[in-house]
Formats: sequence, structure tokens, C-alpha cells
Amino acid sequence: MSGFFDRLRGRDRGSKNKAKERLQFILVHDRISLPPEQLAQMKREILEVISKYVSIDEEHVDIALQPRDRTSNKLIAEIPFKRRAHPEEVDEAAQGEILDVIDEDEEETVRVDPSRINEIEKQMDVDEGKQDEQPAQDPTKPSKTTD
Amino acid sequence: MGAKVITITSGKGGVGKTTTTANLSIALARLGKRVVAIDADIGLRNLDIVMGLENRIVYDLVDVVEGRCRLPQAMIRHKQFPNLYLIAAAQTRDKTAVSPSDMVALTRKLRPEHDFILIDSPAGIERGFRNAVAPADEVLIVTNPEVSAVRDADRIIGLLEAFNRGPGQLIINRIKPEMVRRGEMLSAKDVTDILSIRIIGIVPEDETVIPSSNSGVPVTMSENSRAGQAFMNIARRLTGENVPFMQLDATGNLFQRIARLFGGNNSET
Ligand SMILES: Nc1ncnc2c1ncn2[C@@H]1O[C@H](COP(=O)(O)OP(=O)(O)O)[C@@H](O)[C@H]1O
Ligand SMILES: [Mg+2]
Repeated sequence: MSGFFDRLRGRDRGSKNKAKERLQFILVHDRISLPPEQLAQMKREILEVISKYVSIDEEHVDIALQPRDRTSNKLIAEIPFKRRAHPEEVDEAAQGEILDVIDEDEEETVRVDPSRINEIEKQMDVDEGKQDEQPAQDPTKPSKTTD
Repeated sequence: MGAKVITITSGKGGVGKTTTTANLSIALARLGKRVVAIDADIGLRNLDIVMGLENRIVYDLVDVVEGRCRLPQAMIRHKQFPNLYLIAAAQTRDKTAVSPSDMVALTRKLRPEHDFILIDSPAGIERGFRNAVAPADEVLIVTNPEVSAVRDADRIIGLLEAFNRGPGQLIINRIKPEMVRRGEMLSAKDVTDILSIRIIGIVPEDETVIPSSNSGVPVTMSENSRAGQAFMNIARRLTGENVPFMQLDATGNLFQRIARLFGGNNSET
């Protein structure tokens, strides 16, 4: 019996909160004239471009519009790379061009001066080629490499 | 400069623009202001009906703009409020008969002799909307506490900014305090938070509104309508008076009632 009112209240709250949630979602897209479908396409293209240079840890990618108010919306992107090499090697390879290396459990988020990407990439390929064993990969996932 | 030009718009149709324009015009007239109400909804004229003046129209807005009559001939004087006039929309003509600069020119002629010029905008964001906002000093955006109406209001607010007529002030119409209390309806605070815009009035859903439009006697003309009171409060705020938001609920103390409806905040967002 007590559950009846709780349920009723819960459902009622949901309806107003649902309205708020839906509105917030709709308005972010309206305000920048970018429908959700196009945003999804844009994300795919961004990832495609980045994947040409580095392999991305796709499971942890987070690209989202951040609503503030009518005039200051932004796109926040967190695009973690797959572990390619030990930080020391990356450091060496980039010869100081790597601006920031964040060591996490499984992956590193590496921000690189875009103009140096080719150079670094080449150097990293060379390093990788020298290694006899490939780093352990999850067999359930298709291996992602920079083609 | 004289009169202040206030445009009432919304994006979505059926949210209460015409009801608001009629009631604010009468409320301002009751406060002793010299008022002209202009129906800019060409082809769908109905401000005259809501105000009970439909039988007296000879010339309309398009007649004035196209020079078929002099301006005073198209100004219908309200019988009870001699300081209130209506300029009706044309019922049959093509919407492009009037341009934004026509509206600016028209209001320029009216400004010296009046205190307020209220313009009832058509729904949508097309030519009629542009006509209505072109001469505005102040824009009131009417919305309902519903997803689709709030979305359209947001679109309008963006356009007003683009046209340099922003930011405008919000009127939330048809709010049902009981539903807000149960969490079934967006509160005034929810809506103003989402739109980040100043609010100038909250008008409750009121069963007296439709019968009053039926008989052409807007609710502000009678004393015992809550919607009428809410419109009167908005009119006072337009004249610069600081009027607290009215209590729309019958339970709890005054503070709780206001807090519940409006989330405890004042009109600043
Ligand atoms: N506060 C209210 N309470 C009850 N009915 C209302 C209220 N405001 C508007 N209405 C009704 O809603 C309908 C649409 O209002 P109207 O002013 O014609 O909207 P719009 O001009 O925006 O299309 C009308 O039938 C009107 O009587
Ligand atoms: Mg209307």
C-alpha cells in the first residue's frame, strides 16, 4: 500500500524530469543547428581522421556537446589512444615534442604537436618494427593499428 | 519617443499570444495608459474577436499600409476604455502586403500620442514574425510549460538576439500549480533555467479564459479571475512597478506556495 504513493510520486517526478532532460538535449542541438544524427556523423569522421595517425581506444572515447547557455556551447572530446609503447620510448621517439603524457592503468592519453605527428609516427613504426613480440592484445577485439 | 512598443510572440501557435495581447492592452488601459493594440497576424485575424471589437472594423492594417485610409480611420476605439485602440489585421490579404519597415513607420506615427503599443505576432518565424518584432522596444515571449512550446521559445530567443531585439522577457502561460506540485509539469523555475531568460509573468490555466474570449470580454476586465490578476500584474511590471509573483496554490504558507511554484528564486536568472 505504501508503495502505491511512492510509485505514483516516482512516476510523476519522472514526467517532469523527462521533460527537462529531453528539452536540454533538444536545445543543445537546436542552438548550434547540429541535429543528433549529424553530430554522430561528425564524431565518426573525427575519429576516422585521428585513427589515420594513432590508434584510438574506441571503448573509452567520449565526445559530447557541453551545454552552457545559448551562446557558449562547446564540444568536449576525450579520445584516449591505445598503448603503443612505454612512456620512455615515446619520450625518446618524440625527442621532447610530446607535450603531455598521462600514465593510466591500461592506456596513455598523449597530446602531440600535430605538425610533428608524421615524424613521431615514423619513428614509432621503426621502434615497433624492432620489437620481436607484439604487445598483448585482447583477442575479442579486432586489433586496431595505424594502417 | 513617446510610446513603448511591446511585441508578444512565441514561435509555437496556440500558446496564448492573442489572449496575452488582449489582456495586457486592457490591463494597461485600466491603469490609465494610452494604448494601441495591433494585430500583426495577417490572414488569421482574431485579436478583434478576443477583445470584442470585431463588428466595428472598417479598415485594417493593410489598408493603412497601402494608403486606402488614414491611420485614425483604422484605429478602433474601445467603448469602455476610450484610451485603448485596436488596429485589426487584414483577414483576406496576402502576408507580404506588410513589411518590417512599414511596421516601423506605422509605430513611429503612433508613438507620440500613446504610452504603449502592443503587437500581437503570428506564430512561426516567417515574415509576419519579422514584421511584428521589427519596431519592438521590448519583446514578450509567451510559452507553455511543455517541451514543444519551450523549444520554440528558445528558437525565438535566439532569433531575437540575431535581430538585435533580445533578450526579451518570458511569460509562462497555462501553468497548473497542482500538476507542478505533483512533479507532472515543468515549473516556472525549470522553464526559466532552461531558457536562461528573465521572467515577467506566470499565468495560471484558468477556466474563465475561454468563456471570456467567447463573449469578447477579456479576463482582466473582471476582478475575480486568477489569469486576469496575473495579466494585471504583468501590466504593472511593464509600467515599472515592482510586483511580487502571485501565489497560485491554495495549500502551504505563502512562502512555500511561491517557492514551490517558482523554486524559491526571484525573477532574475
Ligand atoms: N491561461 C489560460 N487558461 C485557459 N485557457 C487559455 C489560457 N491562455 C490561453 N487560453 C486558450 O488557449 C487558446 C489559444 O490561445 P491564443 O491566445 O489564441 O493563442 P495564440 O494567439 O498564441 O495562438 C484559446 O482558446 C485561449 O482561450
Ligand atoms: Mg493568435
